[in-house]
Amino acid sequence: MADSINATPESLAEQVKNAHYNQSPLQIMGSGSKSFYGRNITAIPLSVAAYSGVINYEPSELVITARAGTPLREIENLLDEQGQMLGFEPPSFTDTATLGGTIACGISGPRRPYAGAARDFVLGVTIINGKGEILKFGGQVIKNVAGYDVSRLMTGAQGSLGILLDISLKVIPKPAYEATRVLPYSHQQMNTLLSDIGRKPVPVSATLLHNNSLYIRLSGAKAGVQAAASAIGGDTLQNADPFWQQLKEQQQPFFNQQRPLWRVSLPPAAAVIPGDLVEEESFIEWGGAQRWVYSHNGKKLQEWAIKNGGHASCFRDAKRDPSLSHSADETVFSPLSPALFALSKRIKDSFDPAHILNPNRLYTGL
Amino acid sequence: MNSNIAASIRTQRLASLIPMLSKMIPEHAILSEPEQLKAYECDAFTTMRQMPLLTVLPDTIEQVQHVMRCCHALDIPVVARGAGTGLTAGAMPVENGVLLGMSKFNKIHAIDLHNRTAWIDPGVRNQAVSDAVAPYNLYFAPDPSSQLACSVGGNVAENAGGVHCLKYGLTVHNILELEIVSIEGERMTLGGPALDAAGYDLMAIMTGSEGLLGIVVGIRVKLLAKPASARVLLAAFSTIEDAGNAIAKIIGAGIIPAGLEMIDQTGIQAIEALMHAGYPVHAAAVIICELDGSVEEVEDELSSVIAILNSLNASDIQVSTNETESKRIWAARKAAFPALASLAPDNYVMDGTIPRRALAEVWTKINRLSDEYQLLVVNVFHAGDGNMHPSILFDSSDENQYQRANELATRILELCIQVGGTISGEHGIGLEKINQMCLQFSDAEINQFHALKHAFDEKRLLNPGKQIPTLARCAEFNAMHIHRGEMPFPHLERF
Ligand SMILES: Cc1cc2nc3c(=O)[nH]c(=O)nc-3n(C[C@H](O)[C@H](O)[C@H](O)COP(=O)(O)OP(=O)(O)OC[C@H]3O[C@@H](n4cnc5c(N)ncnc54)[C@H](O)[C@@H]3O)c2cc1C
Repeated sequence: MADSINATPESLAEQVKNAHYNQSPLQIMGSGSKSFYGRNITAIPLSVAAYSGVINYEPSELVITARAGTPLREIENLLDEQGQMLGFEPPSFTDTATLGGTIACGISGPRRPYAGAARDFVLGVTIINGKGEILKFGGQVIKNVAGYDVSRLMTGAQGSLGILLDISLKVIPKPAYEATRVLPYSHQQMNTLLSDIGRKPVPVSATLLHNNSLYIRLSGAKAGVQAAASAIGGDTLQNADPFWQQLKEQQQPFFNQQRPLWRVSLPPAAAVIPGDLVEEESFIEWGGAQRWVYSHNGKKLQEWAIKNGGHASCFRDAKRDPSLSHSADETVFSPLSPALFALSKRIKDSFDPAHILNPNRLYTGL
Repeated sequence: MNSNIAASIRTQRLASLIPMLSKMIPEHAILSEPEQLKAYECDAFTTMRQMPLLTVLPDTIEQVQHVMRCCHALDIPVVARGAGTGLTAGAMPVENGVLLGMSKFNKIHAIDLHNRTAWIDPGVRNQAVSDAVAPYNLYFAPDPSSQLACSVGGNVAENAGGVHCLKYGLTVHNILELEIVSIEGERMTLGGPALDAAGYDLMAIMTGSEGLLGIVVGIRVKLLAKPASARVLLAAFSTIEDAGNAIAKIIGAGIIPAGLEMIDQTGIQAIEALMHAGYPVHAAAVIICELDGSVEEVEDELSSVIAILNSLNASDIQVSTNETESKRIWAARKAAFPALASLAPDNYVMDGTIPRRALAEVWTKINRLSDEYQLLVVNVFHAGDGNMHPSILFDSSDENQYQRANELATRILELCIQVGGTISGEHGIGLEKINQMCLQFSDAEINQFHALKHAFDEKRLLNPGKQIPTLARCAEFNAMHIHRGEMPFPHLERF
């Protein structure tokens, strides 16, 4: 366990206090591996990468506590040695991704619909709020309802409510056995199949639909997985581990395009996204609940997603979408209703009254 | 409050509120007679009582909005109530405030089989959800022992758990969307039918907010497929240490049981006397372990668990072979609280949660405290997730016993904090544990909670005085506490 801390909570808090006093915005930085995500902001960088190291890990507690700057890889390796893992299978995108950035962005991987999202595994956090106060919420136990659930609120808030210092996460045992089946299915066929097996105790742990191939990963005890695999039919995918790993890290050629990549989050059985809103085939994960598409029609796509019970965000965009050039940044995330936006702004004010923590990264005014 | 002042506020408020409410709320849904109000003066934490100004029983969301607008305009506090099974006086009215009963919101509006969700009213009973979707082989996972009576709105407000939350999560993990009405009477949708929503995770803040941030008027719950197989195992131990080690070893072996419970000797004997379920009455502790999943998976895990139990000298191992036997073992566990009623007139159920590694240590210390305070403490609890439910048995008609029980409760909660745990795992804070919040959180943290509350409810009208103590209250509590020399760990950092 690395224990060298070059940045202390106190020194970081001091910098935030000064920024609060001077009303000078800060851009909170982990390793920068997800700087493509969210709106562009200009502010003075404050790095937490040096605040690194695992604080506590006891496998039989199913909990790990680590500093925000700890590389995700370090945590994953440590868990792996004990036959455990992070249930939400977070992508790293680079070798240097930190735990803090992972939780702040709240991005989850293929196992998300079946095991839970990043927020579902966060048990407690220590943060620095926008006034430079060091505060601790939640804890290291699985059940905790003392006070409001600030720890989960921090997940996905992209640093705009507080700087994450220490994070406690619930971990899960790695499944004893996994197998992946491939079936030549259309979107419609996938819906029918998943709707059916969703009501049966089938141990699905990931799905992908791409190019009319449906991949289903099953996880659990060997005998149970094998029984489910033969009931589902199709072929066995050889070398499945690297396949899901690549998907999680978005390393397939599909993701390697210089066009605006959109993440559309929908109820799993929602309709197929109309062809005029997207370009070519999409990558459909999470049983239909997470769809990756290229689109130059982001605004319309967002409207469609909202109408269909979800939302759409511009996930990665080397060159901003020209159709949005007049207000490019405004449309990175789906707009909130006026009432929700007003409430979100009051919440921002309550944690960061001077709006110095990653201001405007999520929305203008937050 | 001075009773003359209180009475005059009451008269004024009734005079202005009733005509305003009556514009949209039918007469029969506004209760004002003392005999009608009596039923609402407490929740299941019956040692604290307060009559409300009025009870309003709306049956449409528009009516809820109207009640909120009236109360907001007149600065009158509002306390929501589901089924009133809360154990922390959360739904206890506040003086001269409105009690908003949500019991008429009792419909399951839609079951979406393709997305495996249901849209339900907040007053629907927890068990009613699972019953309604059982024909489709689905169920709603959170299963508090009170599930026959408690409402899902109350589950959301408390982030309720149950015996199966070790594997299937708490309420927060099993809901997708909430419709709420703010104190200003505004309707808002949090979350959505997709797996995540844009913006801040307001679902997380709303869940467990004990009616302090808004009124829940609609809930989209997640439904899970019923497991193909579930076997329940009961094992006896002659020492608490062995039982505690068994819990740690099962989890350490990579097995996540659907439920993992522990009961101490007094608990076993009380339950056995009431239920005759075949619990081994001479054991120091029993554990109950439920394994579920595919038939193959359950068989695999069962043999691993039995091997662990044998290595720790377990005896009297019973394994259910069918649903009836499983139910028999569980029914006895779920009857623990009624069973304890035979031992003493009152039962103060605590809810502290600790890291599993500290189980045996905390248990031993609780037994010492029990001797010190001369009160029987029984442990029947969710061991798998470290959620202790020590029950202090006492007689509230004896003022001295009542005092001792309260002090003992504080000592036990301090012990939980000391080992890195929390004062509440699933029952919430309400008014019952409000002082102990001062032990767990610093002034700056409590201020942050108040600031967050302010973002939702500037006038502090929603369930005021509950869940988050004022700093003045903490200063007073801490001073008294230290003054009496009760603070057992003066060097302890307050976190
Ligand atoms: C015998 C027994 C066993 C129990 N076992 C468990 C257990 O295993 N696990 C567990 O977690 N709990 C347990 N409980 C506690 C209790 O049942 C839960 O806290 C339950 O969630 C409360 O639901 P309720 O509808 O009775 O809520 P109430 O008691 O009516 O209210 C609880 C809180 O929720 C608020 N509230 C209620 N409805 C709304 C709404 N629509 N909008 C906003 N706020 C609202 C109230 O203001 C109050 O603060 C048990 C209680 C008993 C009596």
